[in-house]
Amino acid sequence: MTAVEAQPMDTKEIGRDRRRKEDARLITGRTRWTDNLQLNGMLHLAMVRSPFAHARITTIDTRAAEEATGVVAVLTGEDLADTQGACINAWAITTDQVTPAHPPMPVDRVAFAGETVAVVVARSAAEARDAAELVEIDYDELPAALDLKEAAAASAENGGALAHPDLGTNKSAFWRFDSAEAGTGGDVDEAIAQAREDGVVLEREYRQQRLIPAFMEPRSVVVDPTGEQITVWSATQIPHILRFALAATTGVPESKIRVIAPDVGGGFGGKLQQTPEEMIAFAVARRLGKPVKYTETRSESLLSAHHGRDQWQKLTLAATKDGHVTGLKVELLADLGAYVALVGGGVPVLGAFMFNAIYKFPAYQFNCQTVLTNKTWTDAYRGAGRPEATYAVERLMDELAAELGKDPLEVREMNWIKHEEFPFTTVAGLEYDSGNYEAATARAKELFGYDDLRAEQKRRRDSGDPVQLGIGVSTFTEMCGLAPSRVLGQLNYGAGGWEAASVRMLPTGKVEVITGASAHGQGHETAFSQIVADRLGVPFEDVEILHGDTQVVPRGMDTYGSRSLVVGGEALVRAADKVIEKAKPIAAHLLEASIDDLEFKNGRFGVRGTDQGLAIGEIATASFAAHNLPDGVEPGIDADATYDPVNFNFPHGTHLCAMEVDTETGETRMRKYTCVDDIGVIINPLIVSGQVHGGLVQGIAQALWEEAVYDDSGTLVSGTFTDYLLPTAADTISFDIDHTSSPSTTNSLGTKGVGEAGTIASTPAVVNAVVDAVRHLGVDDIQMPCTPERVWKAINTAGSGGETVDAAVPHLSTEEGQA
Amino acid sequence: MIPAPFDYVAPSSVEEALAALQQHGDDAKILAGGQSLLPVLRMRLNAPELIIDLGRIDSLRGVRDDGDAIVIGAMTPHSVVGADPLVAEHALLVAKAVAHLADAQVRHRGTFGGALAHADPAGDLGGPARALDAQFVIAGPAGTRTVPADDFFVDLFETAISEDEILTEVRIPKHTGWGAHHEKMVRVAHQWPICAVAATARVEGGTIADIAIGLANMGSTPLRARGVEEALRGQPATEDAVRAACGRAAEGANPPSDLNGSAEYRNHVVTVMCRRAVLGAVQGAGA
Repeated sequence: MTAVEAQPMDTKEIGRDRRRKEDARLITGRTRWTDNLQLNGMLHLAMVRSPFAHARITTIDTRAAEEATGVVAVLTGEDLADTQGACINAWAITTDQVTPAHPPMPVDRVAFAGETVAVVVARSAAEARDAAELVEIDYDELPAALDLKEAAAASAENGGALAHPDLGTNKSAFWRFDSAEAGTGGDVDEAIAQAREDGVVLEREYRQQRLIPAFMEPRSVVVDPTGEQITVWSATQIPHILRFALAATTGVPESKIRVIAPDVGGGFGGKLQQTPEEMIAFAVARRLGKPVKYTETRSESLLSAHHGRDQWQKLTLAATKDGHVTGLKVELLADLGAYVALVGGGVPVLGAFMFNAIYKFPAYQFNCQTVLTNKTWTDAYRGAGRPEATYAVERLMDELAAELGKDPLEVREMNWIKHEEFPFTTVAGLEYDSGNYEAATARAKELFGYDDLRAEQKRRRDSGDPVQLGIGVSTFTEMCGLAPSRVLGQLNYGAGGWEAASVRMLPTGKVEVITGASAHGQGHETAFSQIVADRLGVPFEDVEILHGDTQVVPRGMDTYGSRSLVVGGEALVRAADKVIEKAKPIAAHLLEASIDDLEFKNGRFGVRGTDQGLAIGEIATASFAAHNLPDGVEPGIDADATYDPVNFNFPHGTHLCAMEVDTETGETRMRKYTCVDDIGVIINPLIVSGQVHGGLVQGIAQALWEEAVYDDSGTLVSGTFTDYLLPTAADTISFDIDHTSSPSTTNSLGTKGVGEAGTIASTPAVVNAVVDAVRHLGVDDIQMPCTPERVWKAINTAGSGGETVDAAVPHLSTEEGQA
Repeated sequence: MIPAPFDYVAPSSVEEALAALQQHGDDAKILAGGQSLLPVLRMRLNAPELIIDLGRIDSLRGVRDDGDAIVIGAMTPHSVVGADPLVAEHALLVAKAVAHLADAQVRHRGTFGGALAHADPAGDLGGPARALDAQFVIAGPAGTRTVPADDFFVDLFETAISEDEILTEVRIPKHTGWGAHHEKMVRVAHQWPICAVAATARVEGGTIADIAIGLANMGSTPLRARGVEEALRGQPATEDAVRAACGRAAEGANPPSDLNGSAEYRNHVVTVMCRRAVLGAVQGAGA
């Protein structure tokens, strides 16, 4: 670690490489995954899903399924129409947003292939699955809106296919930010016009392909309606939001619903959703009065759990001839899929503030049109809006450097905010609290061996080596720590962005900590224990973190948007500080000293100038017994805190990637990847390394491998891991990661979010490197993912490599021999 | 991922397995290593009534020397084949291809015979089997018969094995002293190859005395690049000669177009990969 500024406090636990206390149970699976739950008399659900992207349901014949072994009921959208509630959109990005109704099970029309049309309830999961094949459904196919650009242009008048014909349009909402109108900057059209006269104008169109979050644990839900409360266990990131949505749309009082997210195996935003399957399970359990379980198959997960990204980005960058950017105009088309999901159109809006990134652009305009199509709905996926923005601007900065014949780092430095200029208010209206782009970049260049690799690149070019070398840069920042409630309110988001925490001092001196953040693999139990252990001066092992159960954690805003540490962690600190404050008068009373003479250090209240003192655990015991408390002091020193962040949080970093490109085949191979992230103060470097490495791979995967592809009829072609290419350790190299530190000034720990950083930063670094390797052959773009064929075509023909063929070759024969 | 209901038998001899197959006809499926069949069952792409598991027939497992050939039992796991010294000495191309085959878990469970009988044209073993002129020993109600590799692969997922027959072993003529190279293009390690070229060559005094090249995923069956072989036999083992000959690698091929590449691209890239495979093989043979 290169310390740019000193850490704000002396600590024992913070900064320590603690191995994660939750890993033994998570890795062995000996834990409460939702699918591991078994309840007395539990019934099992299987979904019958539409094979068509858009069709009218004409008849559903459930008789054969109802008669099958073990079947208890077969229910359709009509059967549950009055009780199933609705899937809600929490963020109408404009007041006139067109939002189709989204019943969990549609009654008469399906809007994407994979939508649930009927549910089979049986005594075993196998019987439910067997009977699901016996449900006979007749459909009348309707024209499907599939291609994003065509869907945006379609209307009732021009006869284009409409995702929801009754709406008369596929356009859901148009959202715009203009720096001149907002008073945060100049007029972008003027900047562009000026640059056409005497500067440089770059016009590019980039594709953000559709991705599938592909979390490790498929989604699973158990609903138990027996007892006074209905208990819902779900593999979700958002137990509290789910509870609210269940209550708000079914009419069941919120006080009668308990939602538990037990151990959850990953999410990446893919479990930031109120799913139709959860709503259907809830409705079926209530109707039958029995506990029910539904666990999706991997195929169902890829097909129906929400997807991410899927944008076309039209970009116009204006600059002076020496490389100072004077304006950026962004025009996006964003594919919502068939419905406006929980965050939905808010995802591209989260990117609206990030296209200007770390730069001092004088003028900026962002335009986004969200579009409905007959495909799986889209929503948050690791980074949610910021990766798309970062990709666009970091690709453009490399393009600008190439256009001007300058080094891409030099062009960036000309435009970025200098470290002495913080806090800095950007052209998008955000105030960046801290950062040091110079320090991160200097360290990254050194670690990467930038100059040596540039020299090797030149040698390969000069010798006409069939394997060329390219270097890609990404100096990213992002806004995380979602989010100040007031800002969310201004953006018309349906909830706040605070987080809650409680610290319970047990009579034995142990500590229970309750957090409204809901971990699904991040390591909260370890990192939060470290924070509390330091703050209260108790052993790490004595701290227990409780989360993910609305009955244990009454208030919470859950986990997404790299918020758990920077928002939830601050709530923890505040609750712990309140505990100390509550303990203080009791300590003074017991020590027969004045409060003013007490100091709290290393978990102990000491009387200044003496060796007398009491540990916080002893105060907890004394306050539990309550035999000898000061007059007017209540027993108990537990405390709660709710923290509403005053600002977003802005991690940043410099990522450098070297890619080798085989010009004969178009194959790419990563040679070196170095990143220096500034995430302020680091609580647990080991967890941070895990987040960075995993995040990098996920971003690299967008650049090189992953793409959700639909065919002309709206069938998901990449519907298995045979065709949706998730990388494994075999496909990646070992990354060189390091950190600089400019602590955040808006939380007391000085931390910045790291959950999404690697994913946001790495995608453009990789594509920039691939393009850089072959730029001298006339290439200035390659569409993602950069498949060997696309790279080869870009080298040998003009253009960015073209569309992916929308066909899968079967590798799993239906007529097996000996296999 | 729950398969449709099925019955299961695990016979301990080939005769018992054949009897079960005879009794149930096309309602039965043979389970070898299960690396393709189990996903098919779990995704309900097929629902056989009976699964006949060959896993308990010990005689189908192992590699042995049989004079001018080595014999690989159909149920021998890939990991065993890949580590076998006889294979390394007499059929180096097989060892090289197995090293590229999927991942360690698949190599541990998957079987040599199962993969070949599955007859995926993108499979890793079809190209080497064709290049090495493997002989497929197939047991049936009327006894055993032997089918050469050129006749074994009939079409996509279709082989010369009849519904009442079982592949028991694969005989590979010894290619002792031949160099070998397996060139495989994947985007991620665990996927089926976009294209693969398996080349093996014998070099005498700087001349390519003999050469054989198998191709994966360039048609509905594994192919031989006969045109390249003909052009190179008796030629000097030089890069120029190899480069010129490998321009013919896609002759007679009819590759698929899919998410990983168009037919046009495969027809191009196979020529580059063929050159690299042949150069690797001749270098290995001491050229």
